This record gives sequence, structure tokens and C-alpha cells, in this order.
Amino acid sequence: MSNPLKDMEKPDVIFCIGTNMTECHPVAATRLKRAIANGAKMIVADPRVIGLVEHADMHLRLRVGSDAALLLGMAHVIAREGLVDEGFIHERTTEAEAFLDHVKEFTPEWASTICEVPPELIEEAALLYARADRGAIYYTLGITEHICGVDNVQSLCNLALMTGNVGREGTGINPMRGQNNIQGAGDVGAIPNNYPGFQPVTDPANQAKFREAWGREIDLEKGITKVRALELAGDKIRAMIIDGENTVVTDPDREHCEHALRSLDFLVVCDLFMTETAEFADVVFPASGFAETEGTQTNTERRVQRLRRAVPPPGEAKPDWWIISQIAKRMGFKGFDYTHAKDVFNELCSVSTTYAGLDWDRIEYGEYQWPVPEEGHPGTPRLHEDGFINGRGIFKLIRYRDPAETIDDDYPVWLTTGRRLESYHSRTQTGRSSGIDYLLAEEVLEAHPDDVTAWGVEDGGFVEMASRRGSVTIKVKATERSPRGTVFSSFSFNDVPVNVLTGAGYDPVTDTAELKVCPVRIQPAPTRGSEAAD
Amino acid sequence: MSDTTGRTIFLDGEEVPFERDETIFQVAERHRKEIPTLCYDDRLDAFGGCRLCVVELEGARNPVASCTTKAEPGMRVTTKSGSLEMHRRVLLEMVVSENREVDVDELSGYASQELKTLVDRYDARTGRFSGKTSGTSRPDDPNPFILRDYENCISCYRCVRVCAEQEGDYAITVMNRGFDTQITTEFGGLLKDSSCTFCGQCVQTCPTGALGDLKALRFAEVEKEVEKTRSICPYCGVGCAVDIMTKGDQVVGIQPAMDGPANEGALCVKGQFAFDFVHHPDRLKTPFVRDDHGQLVPATWDEALDKAAAGLLEAVNEHGRHSLYAVASGRAPNEAGYTLQKLVRAGLGTSYIDNCSRA
Repeated sequence: MSNPLKDMEKPDVIFCIGTNMTECHPVAATRLKRAIANGAKMIVADPRVIGLVEHADMHLRLRVGSDAALLLGMAHVIAREGLVDEGFIHERTTEAEAFLDHVKEFTPEWASTICEVPPELIEEAALLYARADRGAIYYTLGITEHICGVDNVQSLCNLALMTGNVGREGTGINPMRGQNNIQGAGDVGAIPNNYPGFQPVTDPANQAKFREAWGREIDLEKGITKVRALELAGDKIRAMIIDGENTVVTDPDREHCEHALRSLDFLVVCDLFMTETAEFADVVFPASGFAETEGTQTNTERRVQRLRRAVPPPGEAKPDWWIISQIAKRMGFKGFDYTHAKDVFNELCSVSTTYAGLDWDRIEYGEYQWPVPEEGHPGTPRLHEDGFINGRGIFKLIRYRDPAETIDDDYPVWLTTGRRLESYHSRTQTGRSSGIDYLLAEEVLEAHPDDVTAWGVEDGGFVEMASRRGSVTIKVKATERSPRGTVFSSFSFNDVPVNVLTGAGYDPVTDTAELKVCPVRIQPAPTRGSEAAD
Repeated sequence: MSDTTGRTIFLDGEEVPFERDETIFQVAERHRKEIPTLCYDDRLDAFGGCRLCVVELEGARNPVASCTTKAEPGMRVTTKSGSLEMHRRVLLEMVVSENREVDVDELSGYASQELKTLVDRYDARTGRFSGKTSGTSRPDDPNPFILRDYENCISCYRCVRVCAEQEGDYAITVMNRGFDTQITTEFGGLLKDSSCTFCGQCVQTCPTGALGDLKALRFAEVEKEVEKTRSICPYCGVGCAVDIMTKGDQVVGIQPAMDGPANEGALCVKGQFAFDFVHHPDRLKTPFVRDDHGQLVPATWDEALDKAAAGLLEAVNEHGRHSLYAVASGRAPNEAGYTLQKLVRAGLGTSYIDNCSRA
């Protein structure tokens, strides 16, 4: 997030797009509700009537995968109405002229033909956001999990830049990060393009720096993404270490993923449980987890916080860093003689630019948000206050692109996938916590009542839902939360493995999978109950 | 601290500064006056319901509630006097008389000991007013998380207010008046059928244990001290600070950290209640290796580590250093991701690593 969580109570106009925040980041959503109680207006763009809609002034019910069109239409209105922050774009941005020219052709009427939001609502939303003193954008995977995820994010950046809603309290472009330490995983360099602290591997100066630090020349070429690695499994990629990820259930196109793991010569998995992914491994290591492991994690607002051990781990389970270091040592690699998480964290700080001013003792109370470039620096709760790190904010000329697959006669229904409040991802943890089943016992397919009737199914009946990659049987729940022609399910329940359906395409820049859009065909199915009785 | 020029009050005779819009209670609390309260939660709008925080104000006919009275220049305030203390004691005696019990297990919730502590401080278990009681418990609500024992409710409305003001959920409200006062959902139904999200905030702010953490209370009979360890919730990216409550080697419950920088006392149903996975019997307790029959079988650390290192090295030796790929976790701590990327970079000179952020 460009801005701290506490800023979520400060905007006067909130624009939430592709974020089901009351279910996926409930505690952050409480701050938005307080802003609204204090008079803020909120625009929610989402195909579904999600929890946020109850608190919203405007609901833009766009078609799945049409975000870029909606955002172009909004940019057009803002430019046409002269609501551009001229001072800001002059002082802080570049390519503004080309951008303002570019959006001239994308009228709200044009956008409406694609995103299915009435033009007058697009106008109204654009005006509301553009006239805000403090306009803040919040988004999650509903923006990024598309083949045009980068385009979508850049479209949001364009809106914030043209209205000067960056670098001030209660503004910003704020992605809500999904997992407890997904921010940290990138921060520490567990990505193919950057060393710790987002230092590009392609920069020879960084190569020299890390040769000095670690005593080995590291490729100047970027590595490959996990998506590519799974494609190359059994071919160029022969062995994998997977730490704490249930790839088989959470990645798209489960069939392809299982095939990839089976194709490996050798697979090592570290996890808390014998997950569906661990079942494919040659060696499985028991990791210690929450309440057992000393360490650090970094939240969505870039705050580095300490994890502490309250109880011993079960049996012989060990911290991930210890397991990985032991493997490294036995592979003959140097530099893994750590005795405590503190040693690892302090080394991370010594090579990172963003964590350079931190160490284990300094983060005792979690008050630092990176970048903390040197000792004594107070941290950076709000990014871009005085300027952009890379100089100027660059407007990008985006055009709308269709999803990888679009509905047709064979697959006439849009499926979009996501998460629910009570379950977390593949339920390895929430599924093993008592009481959660009382609130959420099974997966259902949310569908509009008229669609359910048209399929000839009763509310609560079972359907077979098929995509070009596979099919699942799932119970239907008729609800007007879903628009006509669009259905929703989470991927949390292993008995309804929705990710056998998804995976039609990937963003060409980030390789992020298009998990939010998948055309499907739906027809009545015999209930699983009667199958079981047979 | 903001500018306090010209703004002072006299607190028990001592001249002290105050900030714009501060209440007498806030000024007094900063000066460690220990004014008793029951309906006060500093995250919520002041309510002035319990009347325990009354103070004497020079020139005022009656004592005033310090939580709702704004400080004004020159005010002369007395926070403790014989008559104030007697007033507070009588109020507490009346509160005690309405409830079935005062002593509740500390596992009930973060604020659950507030009434008991004050009753003991004011020696208010006199039984002078015993007789009529208030509140009707809801043992019919089968939810596994929130005890609804309203026979211990003192109508401070902290639960109702935290649900409305902090959560914005408005799942519960107040019905009736006087002895018939009842905290209820719409139409008196179960929490599950209301807009309740089971975030547990009502439980944590309840000062009497009328609302209790049922999951933690499973361990009430275990005769060990409760210890708290500060950590961070293992679920989403918000990074809510929590106190892990343990008895010996058992995690018995979770409480939100009121001073957690990201959450300021808030949690959701997952962070609050979904912690049993820690001690679940399915947890892996030893390494496993695949045997000659293709089965994963338990192994010693030495065997497993040697096998892992050999298997990975074999791929590298036969197919080159770019044949090994590492996937780091978005769930594990920073130290896990750091060591894993160092393994491929410092060990093999590649950047063949990623994490789960793309799917």
C-alpha cells in the first residue's frame, strides 16, 4: 500500500475495485466503515453485491474482466470535465499530454458497451472521485488476477496521477496484500527479478554487491516465474523445493499442476501438514508455524513485525529457515550457519536497501514501515510524499483487452473465483479449527435465482460446472448477490476443486493467472449424496 | 502533544494542561488518577452510563460523569473524596446485586475482569441490595464461539457500541429498559442469523464475562497460569497483533492486542477463533521420505536432509544449476524466504525462485 492502514479512516472519497474487503481483509474494512461513518463517500466496483456494497454510495456492477474499460471511461470524463490536477501533473508526472489525448476516444458510452455499467454511473463515479480532496483507491486480486492485471493496475495509477491523489494522507493506490507475509516474500528477494530490497538482479552493480556478500557470481539474467517453472517441469526444471504452499489446490489448472509435480525428478516440500502438494514429494519436512516460530513478517502497509514463540512445535518440527539452511549446508553451500531467526533477519537487513535501517531489536514493537534506508530513520508510512522513487509518475496508455476466454454458446456463463470470510485458502488451517464448520460447512456456487431456474435446478441442488479444462460438481445457492450470467465460488474446499476449471491465461508481464474470469457451462447433476448412497 | 497554551484545569488541586476536546477523564487518566469505569472503552465514544467515573466539579450542584464532560479552562476537579468513593461503592453494590456472579474466568475475554477488580477494590460484595436480577441468558444459541450469558450483563452497552462504532456491523442492539434490559439481535434470533461476523470484539470488551470466549473457556478447568505472548495473526496481510494465550504448552486462546499498530484491538473471526490447527493431530511431527515402494514414510532428520540434499544435487549435477527451482511461501516468516532465495542465489548463482503471489 502506498499509504498506511490508519489513512483508511481519512479519505473523503473511497474507490474500492476488485476487493472483497469485508471478507478478505475484515479488519482493514472496519477502518473504511469508520471513514464512511465520518462522512466519506464510497464507490464500489465489483460484479457481485459484496459486503462493501452495503456501505457504498455507488455500486458499479461491471462485467468480470472489464475493469480497464471502466477505468478508461472514468479517465475520459475526468479529462473532459477539466478535473485534472494540472499542478500535480506538471510537477510530478510525465506523458500526461499523450495520456489525455489517448483517453479522448474512450467515452463512457463506449466503456458501457464493454463493462455493462450505465454511462451515467461511470460519469457520476468519475466526478465523485475526481472532485475529492482526498481520494483513495483500494484494490485486491480482482484487479490483478487477469491477463490484463498490469494494465488494470496502471489504469488505477493513471486515475490517481491525473487527480493528484498520491503522497498525501487519505489518498493513494493501495493494494491489500492477501497473505500474512506475501509482502515479505517479495521484500526478502524470493522473486526471480530482484535481490532482497527490490534490487534488480539485472543491474551489474547489484551483481557485484552480492558477489561480495555471498562469495558467488549470480546470473545477470532474471530467473523464471513459478508459472514458467511448472510448465518446464520434467524438461528444463528437474527438481523443486516448495516451502509452505499448497500449489496443487491454490494454483489454476490443477490437472496441469499435478502433472508438472509428477514430472519432476525430485521434489522437497516443507509444510505444517501433509498437504495435497506434499503428497507428491520425495522428502517432506515438518515445519513449525504460528505460535511456535520466532521470526518476522511484513504486512500490507510494509510494517515489519515480530513473531514470537508461545509453545514448542509438535514432535520434531523445525523452523523453515533451519530446514532450508540444513539442506543448503548438506548441498555444500557456504553461509548458512545461523543459530537463530535473529541472525537471518539481521543478515537480511545488512543486504537490503529497504530494511537497511532495521535490525532484530529495533522491530521489537513493530513501529517501522519500510523503506527504512538507514539507522535512525523513522520509517516511511506514506510513500511518494515528496516525489516518486523513479523520478516522475508515468502515465501509461492502456487499451481494453478481452479476457483469455470469453463466453460463447458452449461456455455461456462467467465464473469468477475468490475467498470467503470464514475459510482461508485451501483450509489447511481454518479447516482444522473447531467451530469454523458451524459458519461455513461446504462450498456453494452463488448464482442468480433466474439463472438457477433457467438451468432447471432447485436452490440447494447440484450442478455440474465445466470449463474447457475440467469439471466439478457443486451445490447451488440462488442469490441476487450474483448478477445474471455470472457465478461465484471459492477454491477453499478440496471436494470442490474449482481450480481444475481456471487457468485459461496469464498476464504477459507478471505471469499472474486469470483466476477471476473463466467461462463455464452449467447443467443439472445428480446429487453427490445419491452417488455416495450407491 | 498539541498546543495546550492557556488550557489548564486543576485536578485534585494540581494545575495541569489539557488538549482541545479532551474530557476530564482523559486528562485524569493521563495523570494516573485511576478513576473507576465500567462502560468506558477508549476506542468508543464516551457513553456516561455506569456513573462510576463521576467527579466533583467546583460550582456544579451534582457530581458529573468525567467521561462525557469536556475539560474547560480553570475547572477545579476532585477525582476522589469520601462522598465520591461512597457513591461508587453503592453503585457497585447495586451492579453486583443484579448479576448471577461476579467471578468469571479470565479466559472469558480481554476486559472480563474489570467488574470483579472494581468490586474487590471497593469491597462491594455486601449483599445489601440482593433480590431482583436482570438479563436473560441465551443458552439456546449453539454458536461455538460466543457465550451469551446475559445474567451477568450490566447494560454497559460496550458490546453494542463496539459492534456499531468499531465494526460497523450493527448485529446487536438493546431491547427494553430497567431490569428487563436485554442485549439482542434483530428479532431475538441467533447470532448466526444476524449480521454478526463473529469477530469477537463484543467478547473482548465485555467487562463482566457475560459475553465469553467459548473456545478459550474450554480450558478454564486446566489448573495452570495463563501466559500471553505477543505475535502476529497468521492469516491475511493486514498483520493484526495478537496475544497468544497459553497454559503450559497449550494454546488456549487468542486476544487482540489493543496496542497493535495495524489493528488497534480489532480482529476477525479467523484471527480470533481459528487457531486449533496449531495442535491438530494432523501436524507433521517428523520428516517423511519416499521409500522403495513409493510410500512416504517417517524418517530421521539426518536421513531426510541427506536424501533431500542428494536428490537436489543430482538434478543440478545432471541437468545444470538452472534445473532446480524454489518456491517460497507467502505464509512463512521473512527468514524462510530469505534463506530459500539465498540457497538458489548463493548456492547455484541463479534467481530460479518465486513465491505464491502470482496465484
